[in-house]
Amino acid sequence: MSFLTLTHLEKTFGQNRVVKDFTLDIEKGEFISLLGPSGCGKTTVLRMVAGFEQPTAGDITIDGKDVTGLAANSRNIGMMFQAYALFPNMTVADNVAFGLKVKGAPRAEREARVAEMLALIGLSDLGGRYPFQLSGGQQQRVALARALAPRPSVLLLDEPLSALDAKVRVSLRNQIRQIQQDLGITTIFVTHDQEEAMSISDRIVVMNGGVAEQVGAPFEIYNRPRTKFVANFVGTLNTFEVEVADPASGRVTLAGQSLTLPDAPLAARAGETLSVALRPEALRLGRQPDAESLLTAQVTDVHFMGSVIRLKADLAGAAVSLDTFNRPDTPPPVVGSAVEVSLSGRDFILLKA
Amino acid sequence: MTRLFAWGALLTGIVFFLLPLYGMTEFSLRMRRGVYSLDAYRAVLVDPQFQATFGYSVVMALFTIAFGILLVVPTAYWVRLKMPELRPVVEFITLLPLVIPAIVIVFGYIRLYNTSSWLPLTGSAMGTNILLMFGYATLALPYMYRAVDTGLRTIDVGTLTEAAQSLGAGWGTILSRIILPNVLGAVLSGAFLTFAIVIGEFTMAALLNRPAFGPYMQILGANRAYEPSALAVIAFAITWACMGLIQLVTRFSKHERAKA
Amino acid sequence: MAKPVTLSQHLPLRWLGVLPFFAFAVLFLILPTLYIVIGAFRTPQGDFTLDNIIGLNTPTIRNAYWISVKISFWSALLGCVIGFAMAAAITVGNTAKGLRNPLMTFSGVASNFAGVPLAFAFIATVGPAGIITLYLRTEFGINLRAYGWNLLSAWGLTVTYLFFQIPLMILIITPALDGLKREWREAAAILGATGPQYWRMVGFPILLPSILGTMALLFANAFGAVATAIALTGPSLNIAPILLFAQIRGDVLGSPNLGYALAFGMIVITGLANALYIWLRARSERWLK
Repeated sequence: MSFLTLTHLEKTFGQNRVVKDFTLDIEKGEFISLLGPSGCGKTTVLRMVAGFEQPTAGDITIDGKDVTGLAANSRNIGMMFQAYALFPNMTVADNVAFGLKVKGAPRAEREARVAEMLALIGLSDLGGRYPFQLSGGQQQRVALARALAPRPSVLLLDEPLSALDAKVRVSLRNQIRQIQQDLGITTIFVTHDQEEAMSISDRIVVMNGGVAEQVGAPFEIYNRPRTKFVANFVGTLNTFEVEVADPASGRVTLAGQSLTLPDAPLAARAGETLSVALRPEALRLGRQPDAESLLTAQVTDVHFMGSVIRLKADLAGAAVSLDTFNRPDTPPPVVGSAVEVSLSGRDFILLKA
Repeated sequence: MTRLFAWGALLTGIVFFLLPLYGMTEFSLRMRRGVYSLDAYRAVLVDPQFQATFGYSVVMALFTIAFGILLVVPTAYWVRLKMPELRPVVEFITLLPLVIPAIVIVFGYIRLYNTSSWLPLTGSAMGTNILLMFGYATLALPYMYRAVDTGLRTIDVGTLTEAAQSLGAGWGTILSRIILPNVLGAVLSGAFLTFAIVIGEFTMAALLNRPAFGPYMQILGANRAYEPSALAVIAFAITWACMGLIQLVTRFSKHERAKA
Repeated sequence: MAKPVTLSQHLPLRWLGVLPFFAFAVLFLILPTLYIVIGAFRTPQGDFTLDNIIGLNTPTIRNAYWISVKISFWSALLGCVIGFAMAAAITVGNTAKGLRNPLMTFSGVASNFAGVPLAFAFIATVGPAGIITLYLRTEFGINLRAYGWNLLSAWGLTVTYLFFQIPLMILIITPALDGLKREWREAAAILGATGPQYWRMVGFPILLPSILGTMALLFANAFGAVATAIALTGPSLNIAPILLFAQIRGDVLGSPNLGYALAFGMIVITGLANALYIWLRARSERWLK
């Protein structure tokens, strides 16, 4: 049995069903992200695990124990909040010691644990400061230490990075992941930022309208999105209409060129049109020897972003984005020029509506 | 348990608040033996003393409000625009009337502006009236200044002034046509609060021997039975009306801003 | 060359804008107060002396200050406790949120309903011939007087002052209670704290500066009040503001400079209370920023 299980969770507020039949098994030590737009129910799931909300139906177990009806203060969970939520009347050290203090741990044990935690987050010499004397990034690190100090069995992160500057966000994100892996603590991370979710998660749950649309490793979610929503939410997408030539082998035609889609046989008859998608990096500039097909596109816009150049172009009647790496010896195409674009049927993504 | 405590506290408080209000209303209706009547109110309202003192206090309140606006709006505006370094000093001064009891301030007036002093304001009735008005303006200063300053915070004083200046407006025009209309809600809030403070004020008026409503109420209270309750009901109604108008003005000016 | 010219032109003009305010403040706020303060340290001939301050140490004056302090302290303390409980009930208690707006509006009115009419309301209700007094006597045979109740006393005044002290507390402390973030309570809960533990270690310590500060403000508020006391008890109750009132009217102490000293003592007490208020408020705002 998995370490943390959520089984058929439901939550309604008044008439509003915010979480619908949500089931998820999380292994010990796993880092799971709940990813979705605001209002998708991800925070509500987290708050039900924390014990701040009672599920309308369904069960939550931690380490084989049913905690569904248990109050938040007896679940032994650690949590980081979006707005830090450090106690403003206590020093950093007192904040970190809080969980141990309410459990009645002796002073010596508390002090040792606080020192250990402050060393872990690299703020050993700030124990005597008050929260208002710290930067946002420092406060959130203290919040992490406070959450971990009582040795919780599960760590919950409620968008802990969204109030921080871009640079601090990336470094703290890496620090959180590092500490999580060192301690091997089971973690649920709620975010609306797909890059954040993909960079630190073992698995991602993409949520929409209270439902888990897809659960999988970042690579899988990005490259094999099962629904249009997931595909759009986790990256840029070019969509094409293709005509089915042979459903059994997966052969279709796009602008007169024959391509072979993955996932054959196709659930369509010959002559029908299908909606398919391609990531920008699956369209490659120039003639590529391993590509199935070569088309000509009309460049409409060029965004130079440093290591990557993103082009907008008209391709087979569709407006597409395509990414190419910067090469110091080759200037990017100019707007209005025609470029050759290589593509392969195996990179196409078949989308359910 | 917590719920019970919360409801207990609320209920106790509400009963404590309602009893005196009920008591004064009930008492004020009992002047005629055996039946409820408005006799006490009639007796008060036809009393020429009531009319004179109430009228006097209303006029004093209006002058205080006018003076307060003329004093506070330009000052608060100027401090925000040109002399932000003075803000702590000005704010401290405006809070002093909350620290120094009114009775001490008026004590100082009586000694400082008596007939033998360099500015013998208490020497004539008009002079004393003016002194009393200044005293009321002092009492109202903390409320007036805070209301106006809060109002000014919500508008961009600097930009509005520069825009008006670039169109050729002078200081008088800027203040009366640009600044005042923009903080009108705040100014009116301060004005109604000033009115509520001045109309029943007792200490200053009594010690300066002016025929104001506050001292009149006190004298009546010492000599009559039912009329004081009627006065209390009237005074409570006036306070309530002033606070209601403040809420109305606040809501209205918020609404206006939301529309803009 | 241009710089000195603009300076000499602009500096006085800049100051001209605040001149009326400072003139008013000096003439009608600062000078009158200073006059009293200086007078407290002078002989009638104008020499420096501490005799007036020492002269305050008579049984009458000491007693007047003491009763004033007691009334102010108890009305501030009770106002704080009851006001806090009511404010907590309409904010964090999740109990009576619907009562919030009516209660806040009423508090705005009641905190300004002071002075003479307030005394009338209490006389009509629980005075010697008040509605409640008579009702209890005729219907239940309860004689409030026999239980030690007397509206025209220090305790009567304390209870009467509560009518504006409680609402003032509600008005000031409700925003502070709103400032308690839900996340603090949740963070405490998830770290294993019980409700009482949260209040003892987090909620109450955060509010304490605000509560104590407001209490200092309520104290000063009651200490300087004159009108309610005079309308309620006439000149009979020996408290500092009434004694000062009588002194201004008719020099009952027989020494004008002793009168200044009496007033100076009141400034010192309200000043200390307000200084405490400002200091504690700055402390709580620092935390909550």
